[in-house]
Amino acid sequence: MGSIIGTMGCSSSVADRKSENVIRAAILIQKWYRFTMARLEMRRRYSLSIFQSIEYADEQDQLQLSNFFTFMLDHCTHPDAVSQIFTSPSAPQVVDEDLCLKEFEKKIDVPDSYYGPRLSFPLTVEDANALLHAFRNEQLLHARYVLQLLSETRRVLKEMPNITHLSTSYSKEITVCGDLHGNLDDLLLIFYKNGLPSEQNRYVFNGDFVDRGKNSMEILIILFAFLLIYPNDLHLNRGNHEDYIMNLRYGFTKEVSKKYKDHWKQILCLLRDVFSWLPLATIIDSKVLILHGGISDTTDLDFLNALERNKLKSLMRPPKSVRNRQDQVKKRIPTTKPSKHIANQHVAGKTQHISSSGFTEPSGSDLPPDPALKEWKQILDILWSDPRSQNGCTPNKCRGGGCYFGPDVTAKLFERYNLKMLIRSHEFKPEGYEISHDGKVITIFSASNYYEEGSNRGAYIKLNPELTPRFVQYQVSKFTRRQNLRERVGTIESSALKSLREKIYAHRSELISAFAQYDVNGTGRISVNDWAAAMESVLQLELPWRMLRSQLAQMNSDGEVDFMSCFYDLKMGQPTKEAQPALAETLCRYRKDLEIIFNIIDKDHSGLISVEEFSQTWRLFTSHLGIDTQDDSIDKLVLSIDYNKDGHIDFNEFLEAFHVVHRLEKKATS
Amino acid sequence: MFLFADVLVAEIEKKITEAFEVFDRESNKTVDVRFIGCIVRSLGCFPTEAEVQELLTKIEVEEPGGFVHLGNFLPVMTKIYSFSLKALDENKCGYITKEDLVKHLTEEGEPFNLEEMEDMLAVALDPETDTLHYRDYRTKLVVDETKNFPFKVWDAFR
Repeated sequence: MGSIIGTMGCSSSVADRKSENVIRAAILIQKWYRFTMARLEMRRRYSLSIFQSIEYADEQDQLQLSNFFTFMLDHCTHPDAVSQIFTSPSAPQVVDEDLCLKEFEKKIDVPDSYYGPRLSFPLTVEDANALLHAFRNEQLLHARYVLQLLSETRRVLKEMPNITHLSTSYSKEITVCGDLHGNLDDLLLIFYKNGLPSEQNRYVFNGDFVDRGKNSMEILIILFAFLLIYPNDLHLNRGNHEDYIMNLRYGFTKEVSKKYKDHWKQILCLLRDVFSWLPLATIIDSKVLILHGGISDTTDLDFLNALERNKLKSLMRPPKSVRNRQDQVKKRIPTTKPSKHIANQHVAGKTQHISSSGFTEPSGSDLPPDPALKEWKQILDILWSDPRSQNGCTPNKCRGGGCYFGPDVTAKLFERYNLKMLIRSHEFKPEGYEISHDGKVITIFSASNYYEEGSNRGAYIKLNPELTPRFVQYQVSKFTRRQNLRERVGTIESSALKSLREKIYAHRSELISAFAQYDVNGTGRISVNDWAAAMESVLQLELPWRMLRSQLAQMNSDGEVDFMSCFYDLKMGQPTKEAQPALAETLCRYRKDLEIIFNIIDKDHSGLISVEEFSQTWRLFTSHLGIDTQDDSIDKLVLSIDYNKDGHIDFNEFLEAFHVVHRLEKKATS
Repeated sequence: MFLFADVLVAEIEKKITEAFEVFDRESNKTVDVRFIGCIVRSLGCFPTEAEVQELLTKIEVEEPGGFVHLGNFLPVMTKIYSFSLKALDENKCGYITKEDLVKHLTEEGEPFNLEEMEDMLAVALDPETDTLHYRDYRTKLVVDETKNFPFKVWDAFR
């Protein structure tokens, strides 16, 4: 290094030594900087994997729950309630084909005190602008207009084929957007940067408009309004969240019931139908296939184009023949045998589900062909699948539904249909997009800050007539001051760890017994290796446990983990005295599932179910999962929460008590 | 030469594997060659870019695409990591402690004042490493860059 300086003219030895020191100092700083950045990058990445693995585990639970509905149906506790959620919506007059705009106008009064936008049909660009303006100012659209808009949307969607064909010759570019998930700010930002939809500015929105975010309803209203104004220029594909059973878990149902206290049932009913009429895919210039999830080795576009798409209101309900097969599987695997090892039972339940959803296992071919089953599987595959770099097509074990498809699967489909590119969404990407399968498959994800403020950018694609994609990235920020990288990573990390700790707490007793197996001498301390093995086996999350150890549990100077320290900062919301620890933990873990089930049983949406219904459902649910609980403990608990002794239970209030709370909110480790 | 118990080596391998897997997006035991520096550093090593390049010459990089397979990375990295631990155990010279660093930065050149020094440490150090590396293992910060990353030494043992 000295010689370089030397040739540059500094020949004196003093200067030489000095510059050598300068270079050393610079190298030291550079090394330190790179070291720090590497650590931050590591934290950012493991935080995102925490979020993602918890998200996928949750999706597995959701798919698992659909098996329970079937189980419930077969055990006939509430045949009406359960079958009702699967068949016709509860308010048939709303779905009535002939009931149109006038009817809603007659039936639903808009008071003079309403200051929000007033729509008149057919809609014009002015109406759309008024809606955008109102939503920017956090106004609500009146239920009457919502219902009118939805019924008009359904009318228009019904005219559309399952697979829409577009051509770039009409306009210079087509914009493709991915998951929005109720983040209205992202949609507004896209419109701001890229212009509103019009004949000259065409859009394809690739599903997952709703759930998770706070403004799913507003996003739907805006998209549907533009669809009505420009039915040939704005196109919507169905996503896996355009499904009313998914909405029960991921927040959209709650959002609607909060925003429309009087008409939410009608709105949800109509939406159930609207969702089922959303087209499944879009093809541009016969070359670019756009759909929400992906493909499988059996994906048949001709078949998909011909089926009656509106028959499948929810993919969470497998058709009958799959169910029959599941029963057979169930008979072979005894799930009712009492066991203290809930973990094993739970895992068994999951594997059973994966293999039974019938994607690629050879036993599937033994079954007589059933059109309903084929339709269900074809749609499930295109809405739930993810690409992988390995060849082949395997069941999507992470999510529990759809499959992983390799480059060979893509190549085969492209050859068969003479395609050039597949644009799909469905997967979180830190940069908002990702290119895989040698540039043949593009993932586009348009919800920025999806897991947490600063977790990711959103992006959209501009496709020109040569069909070359151009990516535009963006990130909505609510902060006026830009956070530095360290602060951003700190925020993401602490939020990821928070959800991970909740998950840990919900598996408390299983973890403790797993730890105890390693702690032969009963010291309360085990090696890091054993600790990591226990965490991995109980939680079934593939995470860098050794790296996370310092954030989750304390270690003594001998390098041993004090395993009880994982639970120090957490406790249950308002632990009911009557709930035994094991029972409380089960309630805590299955809180979301139970909430959905009770909501379904609660036909009149009063928030109340009878004591009898409660304990019956509870028994069915626990026996379905193979959890061993003492019968009388739940009865005592139920009686204790029936505060006014009228035989009814407010289940939302009840379940709320089994929230995990953080005793001391740890500050972001920044 | 490396007299570590098998358990320790196994534990080091697991640690390295974990760090590797955080960057293995496709879960197929490969990472983009660009992330190797990041992985090495996040394991607590302080290589220069040149040293990272040197490391890469020792690892087979899968062409095309420039992916590194865990099977190729793990043995090389385990040796480096084991060696750096050993070096620390013996408290070899060529390392400076955090205290030394603070001393230099607050007394030499255009000295940092106390607040600046604290800010710098806060920005540069992971709180965890701070306690772990600087209290238990001493610092890995090395002023003499030829001695810090044990390639050269490691070569001698090959």
